[in-house]
Amino acid sequence: MQYFQKEIETMSKEDKKALQSKRLVEIVKYAYENQAPYRAKMDAMGVKPEDIKSIDDISKLPFTVKQDLRDAYPFGMMARPKKDLVRLHASSATTGKLTVAGYTQKDIDIWGECAARSLVMAGASKESVVHVAYGYGLFTGGLGMHYGGEQLGAVVVPASAGNTQKQIQLLCDFEADIICCTPSYIIYLAEEIERMGLEIGKDIKLKGGVFGAEAWSEGMRADIEKRLGIRACDIYGLSEIAGPGVACDCEFKTGMHFQDDHFYPEIVDVDTLEPLGYDQSGELVITTLTKEGMPLIRYRTRDIASLNNDPCPCGRTSVKLNKITGRSDDMLIIRGVNVFPSQIESVLLKNKNIQPHYHINVDRVNNLDTMEIVVELSPDISLDEVAHVEEIRKKLASDMASALSVSAKITLVSPGTVARSEGKAKRITDRRKF
Amino acid sequence: MIKQIAVFLENREGRVSECCKVLKDANVNLRSMSIADTKEFGILRLITSDNDVAMKALKGAGFLASIVELVALEVPDKSGALAEMLIELYEGGINIEYMYSFAGENGHAQIGFKTNTPETAVAILEKAGAKVL
Repeated sequence: MQYFQKEIETMSKEDKKALQSKRLVEIVKYAYENQAPYRAKMDAMGVKPEDIKSIDDISKLPFTVKQDLRDAYPFGMMARPKKDLVRLHASSATTGKLTVAGYTQKDIDIWGECAARSLVMAGASKESVVHVAYGYGLFTGGLGMHYGGEQLGAVVVPASAGNTQKQIQLLCDFEADIICCTPSYIIYLAEEIERMGLEIGKDIKLKGGVFGAEAWSEGMRADIEKRLGIRACDIYGLSEIAGPGVACDCEFKTGMHFQDDHFYPEIVDVDTLEPLGYDQSGELVITTLTKEGMPLIRYRTRDIASLNNDPCPCGRTSVKLNKITGRSDDMLIIRGVNVFPSQIESVLLKNKNIQPHYHINVDRVNNLDTMEIVVELSPDISLDEVAHVEEIRKKLASDMASALSVSAKITLVSPGTVARSEGKAKRITDRRKF
Repeated sequence: MIKQIAVFLENREGRVSECCKVLKDANVNLRSMSIADTKEFGILRLITSDNDVAMKALKGAGFLASIVELVALEVPDKSGALAEMLIELYEGGINIEYMYSFAGENGHAQIGFKTNTPETAVAILEKAGAKVL
């Protein structure tokens, strides 16, 4: 199976542009009529829906930022009433408040199509057994690939995250040929498979996989492909737009094919917000061309990347997203979970035993992200027992885990020992290499 | 009851000597010290010649230090003397969090311990004939 939807995936550039133009005109009118925040933004800029006549007019439209979604929490950005929505997904935002995305049935179907196109790029077909080891929940990874597999007509194994021994048992018994998870988890699985002495090709019949939700290097890709004998595809998505499947790379790895019939990408200069050309690095901005539940216009993803328009030997004609190289904000991605330093700060501020001077150390140990939060004890507390210190540490660790949805090691230090800096504090040391 | 100073020390090279140097520079004499340590931090407990001066110096140098009261007693220098007192305390339902000894002036050992019920502990010890400090 070469394509999931050949007609769209190999559409000529001219036809694609006509389709994008038609859809942009429709979505802008729809957003203006149904989303008060867009009506306000466009009115403030003096832009009317009629001013948008083709995809080339997109730069006339206002940007959307994460703060807009927070201000609209939870339903202010929805274009449809609750009776038309069928699903909500959410991810963490800087203040601890979630950003929510509402989906109609059509939105779920389109997302599923994009995820199915991605699975086919990894080598999947209707005969495939697709093992989904992304977490299922508010996080879009698990359900996104699940519906993608079902749209494709494959057999989906909703393994979800965790319990590695059981995952390996399922991979052997159900003979999955396609797997979906984070890149660090597939490496961990590969190590366990080797440790158990299982034979690649005989016990483990994987042929391909889509891996995303965290940054990974070409070196990691080569390692995964060699150890498991599979095709490892990089997949991109974000919960505000749609989960995994917004873009994914094929066997030729010329960049991730952007599903630009549904999601229109732009790259803009981080400072001036002026649109940049192909192969120029800047912030990725996405406009949803077909979403009904919560269309987003020129959404600033904060991901730093570039686009390329070079032809791909696979025959797909979409524009392609090169590897994400960084962030334009201070968000960290720890084991696939978005973490903002401000979330950590708000947990620290609530605890009287410590003072909110902290430093975050991020590393990757045995291919798994680790996060250590070094925090100062308050000078006013009285500590003479080891158990007191342990109590403070455990309370902080559990508060942190529930606020961040990912665990962190807490290290307590004396007052005054965390380095102070003037102006913008450098609070993060990220030793991971991508 | 006597007063000790408890100092929190993160596990970092030279941290104990830094602490002792601060006390030396303040001309504080140490009568005893004990350390409770874990993999990541330790708590140094000190009995000093001048707690006020020691606290001021430690806080000034950025140490997390606090004054904590201990029940203290003197036990004669003969075998079983401490055991007798500890049995009395145990039978009186006293829970000892930690204890350590320090030198007395007349060849007798002095023992300090932390408990959540110091008044009861003192009453038990006095009834048993111990010399409570």
